[in-house]
Amino acid sequence: MEKIKSLADLKKKREDLQSGIKLREQGDNIEEMIQVKVAMATCGIASGAKQVMDILINELNKRNIPAVVTQTGCMGYCYAEPTVEVKKPGQEPIVFGYVTPEKAEELVTKYIINNEILEGVIPVNYESIEDK
Amino acid sequence: MATYKYHVLICGGTGCRASQSNKIIDNFKRLLKENGLEKEVQVVETGCFGFCEKGPIVKILPDNTFYIEVKPEDVEEIINEHVIKGRKVQRLLYVDPKTSEHKADSKHMGFYKKQLRIALRNAGFINPENIDEYIARDGYKALATVLEQNDPQATIDIIKKSGLRGRGGGGFPTGLKWEIASKNAADQKYMICNADEGDPGAFMDRSILEGDPHSVIEAMAIGGFCIGATKGLIYIRAEYPLAIERLKVAIGQAREYGLLGKNIFESGFDFDIDIRYGAGAFVCGEETALIHSMEGFRGEPTFKPPFPAQEGYLKKPSNVNNVETFANIPVIINKGWEWFSSIGTEKSKGTKVFALAGQINNVGLIEVPMGITLREVIYEIGGGIKNGKKFKAVQTGGPSGGCLTEKFLDTPIDYDNLLAAGSMMGSGGMIIMDETSCMVSVAKFYLEFTVEESCGKCTPCRIGNKRLYETLEKITNGNGTLEDLDLLRNLSTVIKDTALCGLGQTSPNPVLSTIDNFYDEYLAHVVDKKCPAGQCKALKRYVIDPDNCIGCTACARACPVGAIKGEKKLPHEITQSLCIKCGTCYEKCKFNAIKIQ
Ligand SMILES: Cc1cc2nc3c(=O)[nH]c(=O)nc-3n(C[C@H](O)[C@H](O)[C@H](O)COP(=O)(O)O)c2cc1C
Ligand code: SF4
Ligand code: SF4
Repeated sequence: MEKIKSLADLKKKREDLQSGIKLREQGDNIEEMIQVKVAMATCGIASGAKQVMDILINELNKRNIPAVVTQTGCMGYCYAEPTVEVKKPGQEPIVFGYVTPEKAEELVTKYIINNEILEGVIPVNYESIEDK
Repeated sequence: MATYKYHVLICGGTGCRASQSNKIIDNFKRLLKENGLEKEVQVVETGCFGFCEKGPIVKILPDNTFYIEVKPEDVEEIINEHVIKGRKVQRLLYVDPKTSEHKADSKHMGFYKKQLRIALRNAGFINPENIDEYIARDGYKALATVLEQNDPQATIDIIKKSGLRGRGGGGFPTGLKWEIASKNAADQKYMICNADEGDPGAFMDRSILEGDPHSVIEAMAIGGFCIGATKGLIYIRAEYPLAIERLKVAIGQAREYGLLGKNIFESGFDFDIDIRYGAGAFVCGEETALIHSMEGFRGEPTFKPPFPAQEGYLKKPSNVNNVETFANIPVIINKGWEWFSSIGTEKSKGTKVFALAGQINNVGLIEVPMGITLREVIYEIGGGIKNGKKFKAVQTGGPSGGCLTEKFLDTPIDYDNLLAAGSMMGSGGMIIMDETSCMVSVAKFYLEFTVEESCGKCTPCRIGNKRLYETLEKITNGNGTLEDLDLLRNLSTVIKDTALCGLGQTSPNPVLSTIDNFYDEYLAHVVDKKCPAGQCKALKRYVIDPDNCIGCTACARACPVGAIKGEKKLPHEITQSLCIKCGTCYEKCKFNAIKIQ
């Protein structure tokens, strides 16, 4: 792998990453895809997040839906694990709580395909450092 | 197939429910149906928005309109104007008191969001196993800036001026700590990260390491540069396998990019990190014990001075910081000390991560600016007490902290206020208790933990805490006396004054704070031999009310120890000396004749 040797190198890398150039070069445009994040810290995994992630990937693949599914850390909503964030192109992300394996399938068939929101939406009530 | 054009999200939190959010939902469903829109607009009840004082809240997607103080009769207007004509209902929007502007979008209503995520900025956002995602979010920019500037003291000054204090419990100013370590000359120094996290109920540090390991790695390198250390060590308990795995992946990726190793950013600065495993002893979180444990010795504390900055790992100057402390560093460098110090209270800057647990609806991890009140944390972020019960106390600071009561609900949370209130910030565990918790038992729980975890090196802690525990046990068993309460107080003070390390010096705090705040409850245990919360089994008495008892014999037949005697059709009686308080008779009696005293 190429080393990052200076602040300028790092800046360039960051800009490339932010504008998704790397992904576009590979033929995908991440901004036009559905982005799914599964919270996979100890709390999430303990309540079945791994299985949920597998189901999401399978269901999306089965239906040929262009989406990227990634893992992330704890979103903080331990009471509602497993939690999954879905961002549709051009829309605000929505966080769904209590995504059991059955609900994972519904998340694909109902929300992702049919735009029907499932119960267990968690309103995001924190500020990030970008807003402040 | 029809798909929804709009989504109406309605807050179903306790506060909004109380102000008729149910009725609002019903009205939406009914009116949408009447207008033939039920296939185009979906109505969804959500968790709490955390803005209860302006509830009920209605949010409309996809345009993110945020309506406040909505009444059931406003629904018609929202449907007619917003849903049908696409015009926002101005009078229901939030009005910014400063500019008198109507704010439609919750994104621009930062003030209402009680939480601010600095240390948790990336947790739940990036893929922790992909360094590129960290870099895309300004990762390693702070390290590059610091190395480019090449002035350790200037960076130390930034941290000093930011007002950042250690998040591991003590609250020592981080910049000052770095300055001291930087001034002690040596051929080798060490930058150590304390990821031992042993408080019962605490998992803040684990979440940071699992969700954003690079933020800690980057900060350790910055700290290493400032104090002149080329080696970093992370001491983490072996019970955190996922955090360890992610750290290893992250360290590997950082090395591949040349962000760890030799000549980082071609600045001439070398820095690399090793992981050391702890066996999960609470006392090993104490910095001197931690260092001895890493050296391969028994995890026992030693007297300070010498402080780690003078004589630490392998007798070389070392600097120990907590995981969360580190996670704040890159942001302070990137956004400036002025920004950081504008958040929080006069003497406690920035935010604190808390792990909410106990009898609270939204158990989880939160990050709030210092100075927020307990009431906001418990009721607005935490969603209030479970099952509508009454709040009784909140425990902060773990085994070193204390219990705060209702009268502290409006106290701004910071290091100094919590100390003054008889508790402490600690590492961030926050356990909420409702009216069914017995405070003597709570103190006993923590003492049991301390007795188990005391390393045994010094007498006050090894023997004193055991005596405290035994005395508490005596009280919960109903054998306590008033003298015992004095004994608890005196012994606590002696232990605090004479124990060698922080563990012993703070272990009596749960006892003292519960005696101070719940003296009546202690009195009830020792004088009336009653446990007001009904938790202490030994103090429960099952008795039969002769007026209600018809002598059906059901209870006598069910009692496993034959403690109930009586003639058929005559009132029965429980022999207290035989009763084992199993409660079987209480469940069997159909005539409400058995009472708990
Ligand atoms: C009994 C005991 C346990 C401790 N456990 C921890 C711990 O788990 N994590 C931690 O960061 N600090 C812990 N500390 C505090 C450390 O000794 C030390 O003050 C801290 O790691 C310094 O980092 P900070 O200045 O960034 O807070 C503990 C202290 C005592 C007395
Ligand atoms: S106070 Fe307790 S834990 Fe600390 S050195 Fe003494 S015996 Fe060990
Ligand atoms: S079950 Fe109730 S009513 Fe029957 S004998 Fe026991 S106390 Fe009396």
